[in-house]
This record gives sequence, C-alpha cells and structure tokens, in this order.
Amino acid sequence: MTNKTPSVESPICPLPRRHSDKIVQGHGSGGKMMADLIKDVFYPPLANPALLAGDDAGVVEISDGVRLAISTDAHVVSPLFFPGGDIGKLSVCGTVNDVAMVGARPLYLSASFILEEGLDISILEKVVTSMKEAADEAEVQIICGDTKVVAHGEADGLYISTTGIGLLEPGRSIGGSQAKPGDQVIVSGSLGDHGIAVLEARGDLGFETNLESDIAPLNHLIRAMLSVSDKVHVLRDPTRGGAASALNEIAKQSQVGIILDEGSIPVKPAVAAACEMLGFDPLYIANEGKLIAVVGSEDAPRILEKMRQTRYGEDAVVIGQVEESPPGRLLLKTRLGSTRIVDLLAGEMLPRIC
Amino acid sequence: MKYLTEYRDADLVHGLINKIKEITTQHWTLMEICGGQTHSIIKNGLDQLLPDQIELVHGPGCPVCVTPLELIDKALAIASKPDVIFTSYGDMLRVPGSQADLFSVRARGGDIRVVYSPLDAVKLAQENPDKEVVFFAIGFETTAPANVMSVLQADQLGLDNFSILVSHVRVPQAIEAILSSPHNRVQGFLAAGHVCAVMGYWEYIPLAKKYNIPMTITGFEPLDIAQGILTTVESLEAGTCEVKNAYIRAVSKKGNQSAQAVINKVFEECDRKWRGIGLIPGSGWRLRPLYTKYDAEKRFQVETIQAEESPLCISGLVLQGQKKPDQCEAFGTLCTPENPLGATMVSDEGACAAYYRYRTQTPDSREKGL
Repeated sequence: MTNKTPSVESPICPLPRRHSDKIVQGHGSGGKMMADLIKDVFYPPLANPALLAGDDAGVVEISDGVRLAISTDAHVVSPLFFPGGDIGKLSVCGTVNDVAMVGARPLYLSASFILEEGLDISILEKVVTSMKEAADEAEVQIICGDTKVVAHGEADGLYISTTGIGLLEPGRSIGGSQAKPGDQVIVSGSLGDHGIAVLEARGDLGFETNLESDIAPLNHLIRAMLSVSDKVHVLRDPTRGGAASALNEIAKQSQVGIILDEGSIPVKPAVAAACEMLGFDPLYIANEGKLIAVVGSEDAPRILEKMRQTRYGEDAVVIGQVEESPPGRLLLKTRLGSTRIVDLLAGEMLPRIC
Repeated sequence: MKYLTEYRDADLVHGLINKIKEITTQHWTLMEICGGQTHSIIKNGLDQLLPDQIELVHGPGCPVCVTPLELIDKALAIASKPDVIFTSYGDMLRVPGSQADLFSVRARGGDIRVVYSPLDAVKLAQENPDKEVVFFAIGFETTAPANVMSVLQADQLGLDNFSILVSHVRVPQAIEAILSSPHNRVQGFLAAGHVCAVMGYWEYIPLAKKYNIPMTITGFEPLDIAQGILTTVESLEAGTCEVKNAYIRAVSKKGNQSAQAVINKVFEECDRKWRGIGLIPGSGWRLRPLYTKYDAEKRFQVETIQAEESPLCISGLVLQGQKKPDQCEAFGTLCTPENPLGATMVSDEGACAAYYRYRTQTPDSREKGL
C-alpha cells in the first residue's frame, strides 16, 4: 500500500459535490453534511462555550449556582398526523426531551407557528389540543408564542418551532463529553419505531406495519434514573440520524470508542422487516420517545431496574460499552462475532435500488 | 422476518466457515458479482472470518456504480427541464455527473422524486397529464421486469407523457469481459442470486466451460454466502469447473420464463458503456423500435451528451476486481461518501462505500492509507 498523499491541487473531481454552495435535503439529515454545516456556517460567527459544548440543550449559569438549560427545535413533518402522534405532540416532546437530556427539569415552553394560507382551523385546533395534552403529561407550561401566516404554497400546512427552558440541580453534569471507558450504554426501548411509522403514514412503504410512533416526553423517566444514581454520564435522544448518529457524536465528544453488541439491540419485527425491504439500517432511523444513556457500570443494574419500572423505560436494555479505543469511533460486534464500523451517514438515507 | 433469521444463524455460519478452513489447501481468489453480496459480506464481517487463503474481490454488480457518467449527465439535463417530473430509485440521486448530481438539480427547483417502483412513476404520469414523467431505468436483470412492465402499462393506458431513460446492463457479458482480460485474477465466481432468479443460470454453463472456472449461484444472507464460498472452494480444490446452485430456494436453471418473455418483448440487446470499465459488447438492453416513443433520450434529444471520468478514481479497477477500495490513493481522504469521486463510493452497494462504512479502521490508519 502506498503512503503517498494525493495532491489536492490536481484536478480531482469536476463536481462541487460537497454541496457547500446550496442547501440540499442532506443538510437536515442529522448526518455528516449537517455536522459540517453547523461547524462551518453556524459555529464561527456565533461561538460561545454553551453552544460549542454541542449538547441537545445549552447550559448557562445565570447567578451563583443557578443554571438554566435552554433548547429549541423546529418541527416540519409530513403528514401532520400519523399513528401515535402529530406535529403538536412532537413539538412539545422534542423540546422537553432536549432540555431533559442535559439532566435539567423542563419548566416552560414557547411556541411559534408558521401557518400556510388555507389551512383548516379545525386542524390547528386539533394540533394545539395535542400540544396541551403533551405539556400536561410532561408537567410544563407553554407561556408565550407567535403566529405568522405565509401565502398558499410557501409552507406545507403548518410548521411549529418550540423553545424550552429548564432548571439544573447544582452539581449535575451530564453531557456528550462525559462518557468514560468502562461505562455501559443503555437504550430505553426499541429503535426505529417513529421513522418507520411516519414513512408508512406518508404512503412510502407500500405495505402495512401497524407501527405507532414512539413519541413521548422522557423527563419523568430521566428524573427516575437520576433519583437512583449520580453516575448517569451522558443522555441523548436519538432523533434524526438515529442511534448511530447520536452514539457517533458521543464517541467524538468524549474521544472514546463505543462498541455495540448487534444481538442485544432491540428492534421490533415490523421495523426490521421494513428496513429489510427498503435497504435501511434501524440504527439510523429516527426515534422520538427513546433515550440513550451512558452510565457508570457499577450503577448500570440499578439504573436499568428503575427504568424498567418507569413508563417509557419498560424495555430498557444494555446494548454496548465504552472503551478507550478507537477514540471517536462507533463499532458494532456482529452476530457472527466480527466487528465493523458504524459511521455517520453522509446525508439522507436513500432507499436501495434492489 | 421469518425465513431470514434462519439464514443469519451464527452457529451454522461458523460451521460452514470451519468446513471452508478444513478443505482449503492453497490461495484462491473468488469474486462475488453482486453489490448486494459485497454489502452483506462487509456488513456482517464475513471476510474477517474466512481463512487468509480465501481472497474475495468485489465485482461490478452494483447498478448505480456502473451507470456511465454521460447517462447521469443526460438524466441531469432531462430533470432540469421545467415541465418534467424526474423519478428515480433513491440511491441514484447522489451519483455525480460531470457538473452536478440530481440533489443539486432538485435544490435548483427540479422536480425530482424518489419512487420505489417504476409503476409508481406510471401512476404519477396518469395523475399529472400536463407534465412529462421520466423514470431512470437502470439496473441489471433484476430490475428489468418491473422496468419493462412500466412501459407496457403506459402503452396499455395510452399515456403519451411517460418515458424511461434506459441504462440496463447484464451480468454474463460482464463476467466474460473480466475473464477475457489479460489481468484477470479471479478463479471462481459467486454468481448473483437475484439476477439468476429472473434469468436462470443456463447462460453461465458455457462460460464456465470456456474459461474453465467454477461458478456458484449464491444468495445474500451470511449463510447463503458462506455456502456459496464453500461450494466454489470445493470445486476449485477438486479441479472442476461446473455451475452449481447454492440458492435453490429462489433460483432454477431456466429462471422466471414469463419475466424473460416480457423483457424480450420490450428490450433488445445492445452494446453498453460501464462506468469505470468501458464499452462491453452486447452487455446492455435498450428499448425495441416498437417502444422507442417511450425512450427519454430521444424524446428530450439528449443522445449527443458525452462525458469523461475523473482520472484519480480507480473504480473501474475496483469493479473488475483488480484493486481493493482501500488500495486507492483517494480512499477515505479525497473520496468519501459525502464527496465521492466515483460511483463505487456513492451507492450503498458500491464496494468503496461498503469499505468506508464497515471496515474497522481507525481514522489514523485511514489517513496513513494503511
């Protein structure tokens, strides 16, 4: 094998293939293109310590010992209603979960609505009722909002953007850079339910699965976990890009290797079957009611037991562990005993031809 | 998922691997033809389990990878037209043409839609009579039946706003091109199970005789592939050159004859360029004269578009089994799935992409090109 590095000056590829000049769908996929966009476009002008921590919520100290976690999330989903939820429930749970993933207690939300001219008000009422129900379950209040209407054709019915604020207990430090060699990786339940349920609702599957989205507020589950252990090092909700992307981020932030055991990853038969048909990998499919926890191994049994007694954590299971090397990499031990890399996706996950 | 998990049973796979180890007495180079098999081998780490003497090289059986550059350019030209809905299998969207890819055409306002079947494209044509609907009909023998059915269905419905951009390729001619090359190192083939499910394997028997080489019709699950390798190594060790079927649950010698009949009704043989390899005589299918009104190249007058490849990309050598993806200077550095130089890095089934995603290499070793 050669060690020669190809010259960057020579004509390499005639194409502007990085899509650095125009936004394409892949920039919103949760994969490498999105990571590059954040690193190249957002970080340089906006950089500050809370932002650069790169967690689901920014954490700031506003006076001695009082720390707030703030997160924001824009929701664009088609269709607006799907089995197991709708855009309203999604917009509340998504932000509640992001605030909770740094160990904070979510308290208040704001909500901005972008409405397309011609939208039925009855649809909006249904969505807002759903937001109210989700907020009640999460024990948060929506205390302010904004409404904009755009011309017909300039939006897809309804977009919602929510911002959440939560309070952090003194001494709590949970974040992507806290994973340590020896830690166990826990997932709170089966992977891929939301992504496949939405694909089905969109009519993209061509067959029926009876799957429901897993959308749920996870703050009570997290509070239960924290009540039995102070060794919860990392929490993350594997939304867009799925568990593979979330775990890759953690491996990079903590500069550790994460090794998953393929046989212990929980995937429902219907999700596995849909993925087989489409050539997808459940590790990359979105979840909206699941969390990944990296915890000290001595506390793992206690945390697992507590999770299994708590709503939305009944099927919690250990799926892997943290090791020193290779730093920044997610690996998978296959059922056959071999090992392979699980990388970030470049952009969108594309259905395979055959 | 029933009938799949059985073919992933670790104990059974290890049993076959042990048999391969027992009977192997020397170095053998095998090629798996199909990109789906490459994907499965790397995803399951099967090659890590094989004895060192068994070398797998990855064949040209990824339809996305071998679609020639100029055809991508033709697709981009058609998709950029304002009155066109351009439909494609998902993984073609990222394949680079000379100037852009379908993603960038979509970002500039092109109406490009991913469909899961060409019949969905026919439906779109019915629903949008004021638009031209074009389907990007690429693939091997596996996708041909559905692609020709779309033409027959459009014909039956009397649709004059539907056409297909055809780049069909065939496996036996590719195998012959590899075997007749003076640089060939392949000693045994795992033939592509899905292709043979449609076409049967009668075409391979004279090839195996002519080039004195064993071939095994092989499936896609770990157990299928281990069985295919075992059968091929058995033949090699015994010095025989038969075509054997290790995928009997899907493949018969004659194949699916009604599928072959509709293919023959709509398509005829033609010479075809393969990306990275070049022209292989008789290796393609195109629409018969009776159906040329469904030929998007003619309808949109893009027949004259021509294009040249990136000189750095060795995907041609990878597709012919002469080089491994990580023997490319650009692998993992200048050429990555986000910034692919060649199609083998673009498609999920491409050998370079499979190596990039699944190979256990630290970033360090990759940077050093080890």
